[in-house]
Amino acid sequence: MSILSVFNQVEISHYIYLSTVLFSIGLFGVLFRRNAIILLMCIELMLNAVNLLFTAFSSYMGDADGQIFVFFIMVVAAAEAAVGLAILVLVYRNTRKTDVSFLDQLKG
Amino acid sequence: MLQNLPIPFLVLSFLTILSALYVVTSKNPVHSVLALIFTFFTISAHYVLLNAQFLAVVNLIVYAGAIMVLFLFVLMLLNLSKESEPVKSNWWGIAAAISAGSLLLIITAAFQVSGEAVAKNPVEGIGLVKALGKVLFTRFVVPFELTGILFLAAMVGAVLLGKREKAVDALISKEESNG
Repeated sequence: MSILSVFNQVEISHYIYLSTVLFSIGLFGVLFRRNAIILLMCIELMLNAVNLLFTAFSSYMGDADGQIFVFFIMVVAAAEAAVGLAILVLVYRNTRKTDVSFLDQLKG
Repeated sequence: MLQNLPIPFLVLSFLTILSALYVVTSKNPVHSVLALIFTFFTISAHYVLLNAQFLAVVNLIVYAGAIMVLFLFVLMLLNLSKESEPVKSNWWGIAAAISAGSLLLIITAAFQVSGEAVAKNPVEGIGLVKALGKVLFTRFVVPFELTGILFLAAMVGAVLLGKREKAVDALISKEESNG
């Protein structure tokens, strides 16, 4: 089965549903979990759902711009993960926990 | 509706959703990280199916290779691999499930109403380095350069945050010895 034949059998709507389900699972994780590292991972999951949809539309329409956007989203996700984890390590050093309840202590 | 779909797509979608659910529900953070890596592998396979070969490789290298190893490092550095997370009450879980479910419902319903307006026009070789590089370095060259600045800022920020400040450390140890 050649790669391009997938386009004839799978509609774009199936990718929309798949991405929506993935995004909702990520949102559920962000709302439900308390460990800040898992929250960051759920955000990555949501970003990947969006990436998948971008790629699907780009491939179906034969326009490379969507894939370039996925590239930029990956860059932003990498920067976000680096800075977020650095902040997390700092918070853990001061409070000895990575629970999101540390946000209670913010003053400003 | 589902039985007309090709088997690879069905199996991949099933695995993607299953491992994504495991990321969210697993009690052990290390299992979550490993499940997320598996999710990224299945999404990469989706990219291959979608004729986006370059993105598939970049997804594996950047996400599964770099970002998730960073997560794993931090988890093991902080020694959080044990199941130490305080459990939220059932009400919180129900509320989160209702919120996420309503989002799913609303997006699905909105899509049902708007319908499909995408013309199928797959072009061969669109996901290869040659085609993507041409677009990236002509039309998107300014955002590409800005990404470099973003990365520099993120790198400086991460190094600065990770640096141990002696004055702060002394203050913390003093507080700990007092209380």
